[in-house]
Amino acid sequence: MQFNDYQTDGFYDEMFDHAGNPRPEARLLLETMESLDDGHLLRSQHAAEQLLLQLGITFNVYGDSAGTEKIFPFDLIPRITSAKEWAWIERGLIQRIRGLNEFIDDIYHDQKILKDKVIPEEVIFSATFYRPQCRGINPPQRVWCHITGTDLVRHGDGQIYVLEDNLRVPSGVSYVLENRALMKRTFPRVFEGLHIRPVDTYPGKLLETLEAIAPEDLDHKPTVVLLTPGMYNSAYFEHSFLAQQMGIQLVEGRDLAVQDKSVYMRTTRGLRKVDVIYRRIDDDFMDPQAFRKDSLLGVPGLLESYRAGKVALANAPGNGVADDKVVYAYVPDMIRYYLGEDAILPNVPTFLCWRDNDRQHVLQNLDKLVVKAANEAGGYGMLVGPHSTQEQRDAFALKIEANPRNYIAQPTLALSRVPTLIGDHLEGRHVDLRPYILYGKDIHVLPGGLTRVALRKGSLVVNSSQGGGSKDTWVLADGDSSNGE
Amino acid sequence: MVIQVMANETYPLLSRVADSVYWMARYIERAENVARFIDVNLHLQLDLPLAPANQWEPLIETTGDMAEFTKKYGIVTECNVIQFLVFDEENPNSIFSCIRSARENARSVRETISSEMWEQVNSIYLQIQVQRSNLSQVSLSEVLHGIRMACHMFQGITDATMSHNEAWHFVRLGRMIERAEKTSRILDVKYFILLPSTRTVDTPYDDLHWSAVLKSVSGFEMYRKKYGRILPRNIVELLIMDREFPRAILFCIIRANESLHAITGTSLASSEALSEQLMTSLTDELNTATVDMIIRGGLHEYLDRLQTKMNAVGDGLLSDFFVWRPVETTENMEQAQGAGAR
Repeated sequence: MQFNDYQTDGFYDEMFDHAGNPRPEARLLLETMESLDDGHLLRSQHAAEQLLLQLGITFNVYGDSAGTEKIFPFDLIPRITSAKEWAWIERGLIQRIRGLNEFIDDIYHDQKILKDKVIPEEVIFSATFYRPQCRGINPPQRVWCHITGTDLVRHGDGQIYVLEDNLRVPSGVSYVLENRALMKRTFPRVFEGLHIRPVDTYPGKLLETLEAIAPEDLDHKPTVVLLTPGMYNSAYFEHSFLAQQMGIQLVEGRDLAVQDKSVYMRTTRGLRKVDVIYRRIDDDFMDPQAFRKDSLLGVPGLLESYRAGKVALANAPGNGVADDKVVYAYVPDMIRYYLGEDAILPNVPTFLCWRDNDRQHVLQNLDKLVVKAANEAGGYGMLVGPHSTQEQRDAFALKIEANPRNYIAQPTLALSRVPTLIGDHLEGRHVDLRPYILYGKDIHVLPGGLTRVALRKGSLVVNSSQGGGSKDTWVLADGDSSNGE
Repeated sequence: MVIQVMANETYPLLSRVADSVYWMARYIERAENVARFIDVNLHLQLDLPLAPANQWEPLIETTGDMAEFTKKYGIVTECNVIQFLVFDEENPNSIFSCIRSARENARSVRETISSEMWEQVNSIYLQIQVQRSNLSQVSLSEVLHGIRMACHMFQGITDATMSHNEAWHFVRLGRMIERAEKTSRILDVKYFILLPSTRTVDTPYDDLHWSAVLKSVSGFEMYRKKYGRILPRNIVELLIMDREFPRAILFCIIRANESLHAITGTSLASSEALSEQLMTSLTDELNTATVDMIIRGGLHEYLDRLQTKMNAVGDGLLSDFFVWRPVETTENMEQAQGAGAR
């Protein structure tokens, strides 16, 4: 496979510099790939797709009839990050998570940051995912964000920015592990001569994190379970995969019951106490007594049990307050306020439509900006200005004027690209990166993360629901030190 | 609700999971049985070109779905019966539906079964889905043979890759109860239709039919080795009371009983739980009877009694181990789709 015809088209390319020369960290991989005959890559790509189907590594499609499963398209060309750049990203993520955790703990206790007017209190109290029910709760170790999947993007200037924090129920980590396994099985030759940091330590680290937050007075090894909304959830594969890899029970709400403020699971031999729940179910559906009354998926009384310290929940309910995109804009201020440091990883510059000046600017520049609803995810509820029609812009202008609190706008980023196999040749496609951060006794960042790629030509939307795929993400080990986790 | 806190258990089995692995095993076994007896009927037809078309009717009797069949297809023809029993997704007992249900159950307990088991059940499903959409391209006999081998492979993989723990015993329990039930039905249906009077028992014409019964449970070769000439009495003995033939009812019930006691942890001699008591009653029925007694008293009546007792064991398992739950509602499903993923 040759890269002679490959064009960077003026975008930042993760594999080639602007002059078209391979970046140092990609050089060895490119040499290996160029030594393969043209059919090799295509055959490996085909084998990988077949394997995904056979292994049943699929996600469910929303709005489609029940049971429709699709594979998350996988592209064989990996994304490579140098050891040096990764060290910087890791430092930045750890700092950010510490700041965010302090912030959430403060919001549900003294609210110092509001009293000191660093963040306007109406922003917090109007946040969709702010949960007054969580006031005064003290989660074990005072950790609120145990598992985070921060979205990072690189702009045309070469700088990496934080796009979203995803504190609530981040998904996708199973693809990181499966993508690596798939690469090793179908395309082993590209690993030759490289030292890539392993990712399959994640389930062990996750279990360690979950055991670390167990209620403190236990006299036995904590019983940890993973709570799933069930087989029809789009991330069900991941839930069962993680439970299997950790060797813990995968439970549904109907498997659990609360009695005397303790949580039990229904087993063939009666009820058995549960100490830690890794819940992959939103706050709203978790407990019909505390949150949405009509939830059929949750466990009545769960929040009370948690408040009483009888069970630990990861992630902590209420932490989504910081997922609001208006609150996001204040994260650098939080880091300065709680840690006394400047943010290592910058935010994308963000206009807040509830500020009159910002709103005027946004409305006048809709064709250049990306507008997002403050509480949507998955690529929904957004307008990509340069790719929009006048009608779409007019419709968004009305929405913004009607509810300015709910909208933010950011410059349209020229997301970096990675060579991607399209048909029988390579083309650049835009990518983002979602590293996973675990916070138990201490903070651990999984080397790499999920690289999502917008497979449609020119598209900036990487979500699986909207034509996205994924790539293996390689973090090179530092020099000749083994660095094997 | 009684709270029991288990001490020496590292991985207790959820009731829902026990239920799912049990049904996963039953559906795989059911698919295999349906595939085998359709295949045998296809071969039988080649030997009996002048046989009336209604020789397909007993197949539907065997799965117990005559009412649904008549409603949807009207008349019994080879083509209708095969469509109904192999590919019809609305017939819950068709091979396709059984494989789909086995896979759905397996999918809900992927963390409990081995990855190899999941891959196998998933590949059977993908295979029959492809065949179903290219009906003109496939040979029915090959489809049926493929299903049988794939189901056997699933069982081999299960025994070779999954710890023989509590969940595995539920798998074996499901497999054995389903198999005993199917053997009893095949025997019952064939006996009723082929032996209206004892006069016809020894004609060579019947010999073909009785061989077909044996082949329907993979028992022809084992029968020959043990008995030689084909006689209805001996067939009944082999299929009901044999302790070595793996599709004999007694053989299956002995294994099911062992697994049940492994699950409850009580000795084989005692029966405390409801399901154990019902299983004991079933075993007694098998242990105390002789072939001649059964034939004198009426094979159909005897098999009927066995089937009632097998169903009772199933109900016992439900109340002892699988709690009652409402079925999956659409609303429930929609919430599951929306809650917790981004």
